[in-house]
Amino acid sequence: MADFDQELDASGLNCPLPILRAKKTLNGMESGKILHIIATDPGSVKDFEAFANQTGNELMESKEVGGKFEFLIKKA
Amino acid sequence: MSDEKKLAIIATKGSLDWAYPPFILASTAAALGYETEIFFTFYGLQLLKKNLQLEVTPLGNPGMPMPMGMDKWFPVLGLALPGMQGMMTGMMKRKMASKGVADLTELRELCQEAEVKLIACQMTVDLFEMNTAEFIDHIEYAGAARFFEFAGQSDICLYI
Repeated sequence: MADFDQELDASGLNCPLPILRAKKTLNGMESGKILHIIATDPGSVKDFEAFANQTGNELMESKEVGGKFEFLIKKA
Repeated sequence: MSDEKKLAIIATKGSLDWAYPPFILASTAAALGYETEIFFTFYGLQLLKKNLQLEVTPLGNPGMPMPMGMDKWFPVLGLALPGMQGMMTGMMKRKMASKGVADLTELRELCQEAEVKLIACQMTVDLFEMNTAEFIDHIEYAGAARFFEFAGQSDICLYI
């Protein structure tokens, strides 16, 4: 996985909290910086795709690692 | 007028289960960049109280999953027994906490932080003689025309 600037562990949180926490964290980041998110909610896979499509923040990577879901989002 | 998308919601229900959809959808929409307003009317006003005391009832709700297959063999009349609603509410709350579902107060705060406008129906406040001191701060009191001012320009409009 590529380098990232900030990390958010949303493990154990259910919809819509991972998205809301990610949005909040991104708000405090500069454009071009990368956020690494860890989640356990299986719905978050489609949700982060949709979040990226609608907000313009780029979903650089989405994968499952040992039952957890990891995402890299670059702030627009 | 901004070019942001807009979501208008009418929240009419005051039970623990039905409190979730308006706040989940509004907070998510706000995170996606929607300008969002929720108009609370009739029983929906309960969702604006500082001290939320919402319950869930199994009565008249054949879709509600019950523990130990109770919905299959337990007589419907039994669900009307005193204490049953409190028991179901407690079980629902524990279930939600164990599954990492957000606390309602937290979701509501997230909505307010994200500048979701919360509007209380003035007519309902008058009708039920509700004490506005019991409601959270930073809400608006208005009527149907105020709702349409925003809903008329909205991209999505939901009645919950």
